[in-house]
Amino acid sequence: MRANIYAQGAATRLEGPLLFLKRTIDAGLNEAVEIEDSDGNIRLGRIAAIDDDQLTIEVLESTSGLDLSDTRIRFRGEPLTFAVGPDILGRVFDGVGRVKDSGPPISAVSNLRIDGLTINPAARAMPRDFIETGVSTIDLMNSLVRGQKLPIFSGAGLPHDSLAIQIAHQSRIRGSGTGEFALVFAAIGVPYDTAERFRSSMEQSGALEHSVLFLNLASDSSTQRLLCPRYALTVGEYLAFVEGKHVLVILTDMTNYCEALREVSASHGEVPSRKGFPGYMYSDLATIYERAGSVEGVSGSLTQLPILTMPSDDITNPIPDLTGYITEGQIVLDRELDRADIYPPVKVLPSLSRLMKDGTGEGFTHADHPPLANQLYAAYSRANHVRVLASVVGREGLSDIDQLFLDFGDLFEKELVNQSSTRTLEETMDIGWSLLRHLPVSELNRLNDEQIEHYIKGSAKP
Amino acid sequence: MTDAFINWISGPVLRAKANKSFRINEAVLVGEKKLLGEVIRLDHDEIVVQVYEDTTGLRPGDPLNGTRSELSIRLGPGLLGNIYDGLLRPLDTQGRYVETGFDQKRGDQTYPFTPSLKIGDSVKPGAVFGSVQRSDARSQRALVPPNLEGEIVELAETGCYTEDQVVCTIKRPDGELHEISLSHRWPVRKPRPVTTRLPVEGPLFTGQRILDSIFPLGCGGRAAMPGGFGTGKTVLQETLAKWCDADVIIYVGCGERGNEMAGVLHEFPGLEDPLTGRPLMERTVIIANTSNMPVAAREASIYTAVTVGEYFRDQGMRVALMADSTSRWAEALREVSGRLGELPSEAGYPAYISSRLADFYERAAHVKTLCGQEGSLSIIGAVSPPSADFSEPVTTHTKRYTRCFWALDASRAQARFYPAVHPLLSYSQDSDVLADFWNQQGNPQWPKQRRRFLTLIEEQSRLERMARIVGKDALPPRQQHILLCAELINEAFLRQSAYSPIDRFCSPAKQIAMMRIIINFISLSEAAVNEGVSVERINDLPVMRRIRRMGEEIAENQLDDFKELMRNMEAEFTHLSEGVISNAS
Repeated sequence: MRANIYAQGAATRLEGPLLFLKRTIDAGLNEAVEIEDSDGNIRLGRIAAIDDDQLTIEVLESTSGLDLSDTRIRFRGEPLTFAVGPDILGRVFDGVGRVKDSGPPISAVSNLRIDGLTINPAARAMPRDFIETGVSTIDLMNSLVRGQKLPIFSGAGLPHDSLAIQIAHQSRIRGSGTGEFALVFAAIGVPYDTAERFRSSMEQSGALEHSVLFLNLASDSSTQRLLCPRYALTVGEYLAFVEGKHVLVILTDMTNYCEALREVSASHGEVPSRKGFPGYMYSDLATIYERAGSVEGVSGSLTQLPILTMPSDDITNPIPDLTGYITEGQIVLDRELDRADIYPPVKVLPSLSRLMKDGTGEGFTHADHPPLANQLYAAYSRANHVRVLASVVGREGLSDIDQLFLDFGDLFEKELVNQSSTRTLEETMDIGWSLLRHLPVSELNRLNDEQIEHYIKGSAKP
Repeated sequence: MTDAFINWISGPVLRAKANKSFRINEAVLVGEKKLLGEVIRLDHDEIVVQVYEDTTGLRPGDPLNGTRSELSIRLGPGLLGNIYDGLLRPLDTQGRYVETGFDQKRGDQTYPFTPSLKIGDSVKPGAVFGSVQRSDARSQRALVPPNLEGEIVELAETGCYTEDQVVCTIKRPDGELHEISLSHRWPVRKPRPVTTRLPVEGPLFTGQRILDSIFPLGCGGRAAMPGGFGTGKTVLQETLAKWCDADVIIYVGCGERGNEMAGVLHEFPGLEDPLTGRPLMERTVIIANTSNMPVAAREASIYTAVTVGEYFRDQGMRVALMADSTSRWAEALREVSGRLGELPSEAGYPAYISSRLADFYERAAHVKTLCGQEGSLSIIGAVSPPSADFSEPVTTHTKRYTRCFWALDASRAQARFYPAVHPLLSYSQDSDVLADFWNQQGNPQWPKQRRRFLTLIEEQSRLERMARIVGKDALPPRQQHILLCAELINEAFLRQSAYSPIDRFCSPAKQIAMMRIIINFISLSEAAVNEGVSVERINDLPVMRRIRRMGEEIAENQLDDFKELMRNMEAEFTHLSEGVISNAS
């Protein structure tokens, strides 16, 4: 253990977040350091590059106030780690894992690398347990399963925070043997009042006692922003794979994370790729999102619900684009629906859950669940197609069938998407079938004759 | 004796001071953990190495040793049915997490070997000297490495041997003795030699209607499958891996999701190969370099996969390689190139991206192997263009080297219309050659029918633009009829459910039957419209629902039902036109 090796006066240059040192100490790549300035303030850092004579340290906090001669560097001799233990539940930390509530330090049972370990794809268990969130557009149309990573693509000012809190509170697993549930919440670069809202809402509902909060405020440094989700996921992995709990990790707002990544990359002088973001952003985001999942032989699971606000509501921006390529689907929120006072304003068509097929249908939810979702998708897509036509030629220029689809589209949004209280999957499915009854049977090609007979012609309940 | 010492390191790239001469692309072992790396640049006595594993903890002064050979993998009978990382190291023997510094050893399983030659026989490079019949997989051939020839001086008897045990000794013409086992090593970046390349003949039959009947891929061909996120690339790749008629499937998850790999591993062993009835896993090799595994190994995984594919091709098999996704591979090239400070070209990619893509796709071929057999390797590469913009460099360069282009479309995917291959953006240059195949299957009309389908869909898109201005009702009946036919082609023929046990695989006979029904519908309805029947009345025919759902409703063992469907359709049309005549009179 080389935990207490100091270097003083070795610093030669300070540039943005990068501190250059003469190489007087034998340290390895990615190892953690503590930087102590002349006033005794301690900052965290990480060794970013080494050569024969020089060490490059990335300072993970503001470098303001550092000088070259009096700065002391303590080498920890290991990568950044986080001390975790069972009493971590109910606690609040800042973005780099320092206790932020008034409680005592954590009594650690293990020290885990915040970068986590790569789960062996051959050891992963297949995510299959359907999570009922109480939100119709998710449960019926884009089902969430345990171990999935399903981001919410939102825009500035849309109610993504309320939706996330709602999902965190309402989510339940159907059936027996549901296991213990825990919530890890990471606020990444959010304004103080948003963070406070999350905290108070959890306190009030009593959810805080099985939650862990990480608050990295907008005023904290960008380099810390890059660590916040990693600390949160380290706790998530500990709770899931060591303690065997079912953990939901909410990360908000990943856009702030990516902006910080761009800022830090620029200060390293790296060649930028699209929109100035670094070329390795895909790999970097993957090291966060891929930490969701469940492992063969372990009872716990880690489900991720990252939230990101699309800059200018543009889904082709690199942040949502790369996220969508890594995550297992996405829930897209829409400003038009929000303006039409539809809550939650989930835009169903571009939303998707890739793992839905593994956790729904016979043996999981209901045998008719996937075909119903499929038929609703096909019909709503046609309704949107007809809307475009109607916007030019008017309702009168449409054929009778197209007019039926136009009405179906409106009803779908008002009755299924919009909801004032939580619904069970069965309640949502009832609404779905009743909506389809507005359409002629000849147009329902995704349903088989039995389903038509049972749900559309008869008014039987599922 | 240490060959070199590290003197600079950043991320996966390091420089080292060398005491001996290294070769470019030589594999090296770095540090105490012996992490695998590859020399990518030489400069006087300094070498630049890309490391295929996590470099955390490495420091200047750490030792580095050369292996005196290029980055190579061990090819043998134990490959089938398993999952490997990008450097062909078995993942199933690893624990819960992927550790660094483990090797390609596959355990001590033995395989039953039967020699097919005898002592004294002379062998050419790549010759077959015996066969291996694993109980759980198809018969494989034991090959002499492609760089060795001579006379057999020792040969093991029938029996069980591990992949490493010496089973044959060959005396080269210069008198040197070489011991060979059931497995041999081959450098991944070097294409394995063949006798001759042959022209594409038959198709790689996939069981997917929109591919086989509209945009078919020749066996030994190359296809690109671009699509934005959520358009169903992975599902289509997996569907092809499940149902295409290759002997061996190599499935590479290159920078993709861990849960998807888990899905393949859980699903494949339970599925049956439609051709042999054996579990699908037995013919599959999975190479997984998920997005959170080291970037440099992602670059190597593509070459590893194609080399494994060539190894099975050289045994005279039909091999299909699914690469998901080649964009992640290109991004890995970009990342390493950036760390080397190379001058970036378009979108930050290195200027050699195009030639690397060409090298990769050119390894797909229909060949006569060194042992005189016919074998083929087909490559299907998924492309993930940023923002679904097909004009980005990886898509455009890929287009130059592939013969099939299966463009996946977001609006189709959003309507849950799968496979979301867009008929107007996609193409197949193999379709002319494959008319013969359909002729042999009993459909000489195929080229005409295919053309008719595509023209109708083309006209549909033109008419829909027009309808957007004047309204659909304002279109004359003949044009409304075209819209109906095109809609039927899409709904009844092109849409195919990957999850319906009846519809997920469609045999040539069923594809032909379905095409005939639709072609017949087009001419019957055209005649009816000409007689004055309204398009709405045709659309209201009860048989329409049966036609739209025929893929899901008529199973492979009930193909006679298509005849009945045809009769019903004809009867309803007769009834319809009689009605018109009686109304008129």
